[in-house]
Amino acid sequence: MSGSLVKLTRTEWKMFVREPMAMIFGLAMPIVLLVILGCIPSFRTHKPDLGGQRIIDLYVPIVIGLGLATLCLLLLPGALASYREKGILRRMSTTPVPPTQLLAARMLIDFPLAVVVMIVAVAVGVIAFGTKIPHQPIGFLIALALTTLATQSLGMIIGAVARTESVGRGLGMVLYYPMMFCAGVWLPRDSMPHVLRRITDFTPLGSGVGALQNTIGGQWPTTLQIVVLVGFTLVAGALAARLFRWE
Amino acid sequence: MPVIEVSDLHKRYGEKVAVQNVSFTVERGEIFGMLGPNGAGKTTTVECVAGLRAPNGGSISVLGLDPIRDRRVLHKRLGIQLQESAIQNRLRVAEALDLYSSFYENPADWEELLDRLGLAPHRNVAYGKLSGGQKQRLSIALALVGKPEIAVLDELTTGLDPQARRDTWALIEGVRDSGVTIILVTHFMEEAQRLCDRVAVIDAGKVVALDTPEGLASHVGAENRLYFRPSAPVDEAALKELPEVSSVRVAADGTVSIAGDEHVVQAVMSLLARAHIVAGDLRVDQASLDDAFVALIGHDSVE
Repeated sequence: MSGSLVKLTRTEWKMFVREPMAMIFGLAMPIVLLVILGCIPSFRTHKPDLGGQRIIDLYVPIVIGLGLATLCLLLLPGALASYREKGILRRMSTTPVPPTQLLAARMLIDFPLAVVVMIVAVAVGVIAFGTKIPHQPIGFLIALALTTLATQSLGMIIGAVARTESVGRGLGMVLYYPMMFCAGVWLPRDSMPHVLRRITDFTPLGSGVGALQNTIGGQWPTTLQIVVLVGFTLVAGALAARLFRWE
Repeated sequence: MPVIEVSDLHKRYGEKVAVQNVSFTVERGEIFGMLGPNGAGKTTTVECVAGLRAPNGGSISVLGLDPIRDRRVLHKRLGIQLQESAIQNRLRVAEALDLYSSFYENPADWEELLDRLGLAPHRNVAYGKLSGGQKQRLSIALALVGKPEIAVLDELTTGLDPQARRDTWALIEGVRDSGVTIILVTHFMEEAQRLCDRVAVIDAGKVVALDTPEGLASHVGAENRLYFRPSAPVDEAALKELPEVSSVRVAADGTVSIAGDEHVVQAVMSLLARAHIVAGDLRVDQASLDDAFVALIGHDSVE
């Protein structure tokens, strides 16, 4: 990475950390949800109809998916729209460093943020509720990275066109709620009717949470999960790049 | 050898013609003003010069470079302070300068820039918490941090209070004295008159005049005026006979007002001295860029 990209990425990280709302919604909320659900006694009992798993076991990958949805579908498009709205992209375009580096820096910080959400969610699950340490750690990290990329690409379509931060976040909501559903926030994917679950398999967060769940259990992500995640990254990413407006 | 050569620039936005037949050159080390009412095409012109917009016609050469084709190279040597461009609200002053200085191969010492622009006491203040004047000064600092040979400053004192505006003027003169060529876009006459070596007056997308501020004022035949209260009655006929004087009026309260060319004050004063008359409450209105502007544009739509 060039010196300016390193510095831009560090700056974007600082900007994120200094935004209390981003910290609360992006990082804290998924963990709070996990703790609340873990306090429900029936969620900690083994369910024969879930193959002997407990509901709290299912929620570790789900809250990671929720964190990714908040980071990539609300905060990322909001940030890009505000950079457009406030003329920050315009300001960058007057320097020898292309403003694409600012976009890249803003997207890069989502990866360490995703790792933070993942580590805290796994740690809270393991320590407080005895959930599993991911048995296929490499596959788990690959699943986390691919889910982040696919969800970012979806968020970037909004970030590419929204003129203002509030429009960016508003349009983000349109994707956010269905994606939370697909991730299983309201109804874990294992409890979904078969047809519904099959449909969510073809969404970034449905297949992403599925892949995280598989790798926690010790398996590798399925071919379908990889194809869906990579496919969304490429198609939505290309669309976002095509639609992108600098001003 | 001019550092900027613009000839026959044309720029349209859709059907609307923003700039047409604009030509001018800027010499190294001068402060070149672009003066005109809002929407006249000043910003469009400088955005084309800075390579931020592609012209529809004409040619532009900046430091021997084509602003569009050689945009990245140009941006190493030309700093721009634009309207409606900001940085992140939570970015602190020192962090912003440190970040922007990393964009250049051979940046200025930004600590020194902080001092020069009076921003040192605010180095740890977030951009969003700065006053309008401080934001403008940071914006100028960011335009200068790459040690540019040319600085483009667009409407930099708009929205500043009179004191902050004067401080900024002094600062711009300091920048020019350090050898930087400056293009100053403004709609304030006073600013152009005080700072600019030459001024292009732009109206409705065209250059309507290009000269020094004094040249513009005299060119349009604007008159100097003086007003005073004489210690004894004046000889109106003698005053009117002076070749420098074009009109004399004595008001009911005895105040004399005289209009004339650029030497009128001198001529009237010597005449009064010879008659042993003292001019009390003397006030002189010099022909200004303001008069020239009104004469050229035909309407006083600024501000």
